[in-house]
Amino acid sequence: MTTTSLQRVLTTLGHCEPDRVPLFLLTTLHGAKETGLSLRDYFSRSDQVIEGQMRLLQRYRGDCLYPFFYASLEVEAFGGETIFIEDGPPNCGCPIIHRPEDIDRLEPPRVAESACLTRVLETIAGLKARVGDTVPIIGVAISPFSLPVMQMGFDRYLELIHEHPDRFARLMAVNEAFCAEWANAQLAAGATAICYFDPVSSQTIVPRDLYLKTGQEVAKRTLARIQGPTATHLASGRGLGIVADIAATGTAVLGVSALDNLAELKAAAAGKVTLLGNLNGIEMRHWTPELAESAVKRAIAAAGRGGGFILSDNHGEIPWQVPDEVLLSIRAAVDRWGRYPLDWVDHQAAS
Amino acid sequence: MNSLRQRFRSALEALDHVQAEAVLKQALAETAPLEMIERLVVPVMEQLGAEWDSGTLALSQIYMGSRMCEQLLGRFLQLGTAKLRPSPRMAVVVLSDYHMLGKRIVHSVMRASGYDILDYGRLDVGALVHRITADRLDILLVSVLMLPSALKVRELRDALDARGVRLRIAVGGAPFLFDPALWREVGADAMGRTASDAIGIVERWTEEAAA
Repeated sequence: MTTTSLQRVLTTLGHCEPDRVPLFLLTTLHGAKETGLSLRDYFSRSDQVIEGQMRLLQRYRGDCLYPFFYASLEVEAFGGETIFIEDGPPNCGCPIIHRPEDIDRLEPPRVAESACLTRVLETIAGLKARVGDTVPIIGVAISPFSLPVMQMGFDRYLELIHEHPDRFARLMAVNEAFCAEWANAQLAAGATAICYFDPVSSQTIVPRDLYLKTGQEVAKRTLARIQGPTATHLASGRGLGIVADIAATGTAVLGVSALDNLAELKAAAAGKVTLLGNLNGIEMRHWTPELAESAVKRAIAAAGRGGGFILSDNHGEIPWQVPDEVLLSIRAAVDRWGRYPLDWVDHQAAS
Repeated sequence: MNSLRQRFRSALEALDHVQAEAVLKQALAETAPLEMIERLVVPVMEQLGAEWDSGTLALSQIYMGSRMCEQLLGRFLQLGTAKLRPSPRMAVVVLSDYHMLGKRIVHSVMRASGYDILDYGRLDVGALVHRITADRLDILLVSVLMLPSALKVRELRDALDARGVRLRIAVGGAPFLFDPALWREVGADAMGRTASDAIGIVERWTEEAAA
C-alpha cells in the first residue's frame, strides 16, 4: 500500500521513521509563475491559488499544500494596506498603529467580515476538496507577539515591549483573540495544522529571558486556544537555546534557521518537537544539482534519523528567484537519500 | 578605560540608563570627547555587534542599547551640531523595502561614534540616485531585509555607473548574512555583518581617501 503524504508526516511527528523523509517545499509565490499571473492578480482570487498550489504539488511532489498568501494579509484585516512588488513577497504599507495610544482603541477584526481572510478560507476549502486526507494542508497565522512588527514598525514595537508594559499587554490581548479566531477558522475550513510564525521570539531578535516573559507566555495562551496541531516557525531566526522552551508552549513542530547547527538542534529537540528546515533559501538561488544534493544529504544526515524531521527551507517561504531546476533537484535528492532506514548515514560516518 | 568599557557594556546590555550615564560622565571628565568615543563607545558598540553576530546577544538589545547611547551622547556632546570628527559625506538608506530597524540601528551607531550621517529614510532606486547626486555623497550605507531589495543594489550601482557617479556602497541586512557572496554579486564595495561593522568600513574608506 502506498504511504500518503499525511501518513508520512504523522509518522515523523510521532518521532518514528516513515518510508522517507517528508519534504515541505514551501512555495507560495511560485504559484503565480505556474499560472502565468502577476502576484497581485494571482492572490486576488482563491481559485487561482488553488490551481497554483495543485500544480506545484504535482510538479515537485512535496508532502504538503501551503495556502499561505502573504504576511501582510493579516494587517489588511486590521485596516492596513499591502504593497505588491513584481518579484517577491508583498510588503506591509504604513503602520496601523501610529502612536502607543492607538492601541487603547484597537479591536480584533472579525474573520468572517474580512474579504481578504475569506479568500484564504475558500482556498483551503478548495484544496481540501481536491486532496481530502491524503496531503496535509498547512494554514498560517502570524504570532500575536510578532504581528506588531507590521502593525506599528519594528523599532517602535521594541520600544513598546521595553517601555510600555500595559499597552504591550493590551496589544497582545487583541492579537491573541484575533490569532485564535483566524487559526481556528482555517482549521474549520480544512487546514490540517497551523504554522505559527513567530520570528520575534527567536534568539536573533530577543534574549531568552525576555522571551520567557513575553513571547513564550503569549504562545502558551494562544496555542491553547487553537483547536488543532501547530508548528512554530522562527522564519530564519536562531532558536537553538530555546528549543525546550518552545516545545513547552505545546507546539508540535519547530521551523529552524540555517544559522543554527541542525545536528545540535536535533539533539535538543529529540522526542520533544519535530524539526522543520533548514535549507538556505537565499543561497538556493545559485545551487547546481550537485550543491542541492549535497545540502539535502547534509540536512538528512544531521536530523533525519529516528523521524521527528521534515526537510524544508529555513524561512517558511522559498524566494521567487529560486529556479524550478533547483527545486526539482531537491526533490530528486530526497528521493535518492531520504529513504529510511538511512543506512548510508552510518556508512558515511564510518568512512 | 578597560573597567569603564566593561561597565558601559553591561549598562547598555541591561538598558541601565543611570549607570550608562554615570560611565559616560566619568569618561568625559577624564578624556576629550573624540578620544572617549574612540576608546569607549566604538569598542563597546563593536563588541555588542560581534556578540549579536555570534548569536549571544539579541537584536532588541542592540537596538535599545544603541538608541540609549545615542540619546546620552546627544545630550552630552550635542551630536549633530558639534563636529566631533571629520566625516565623509555619507548617508544611510533603506532601499526599496519597508523594514526600517536596521537603518535605525546603523544611524544610531554612527552618530554615537561621532560621525555626521544623513538619514534618507526609505527610497527606491530612482529617487536615491537623485539624492546621492544632489548631496554629492562619498559613501552610502544600504540596509535591506528582503532579497528583492538586496538585488536592487545592482540596479542602483548600474544607474550610478551610467551617470558617472562614483561613491562607495556598503550593504547590510539578512540576505547578505545568508549568502556571503551576495554583496559582490550586486556590486557593493563592502558588507557589514552587523550595524557596528559600518564604523570600521567608514574609518577604512576615510583613511584611504585621505592617503
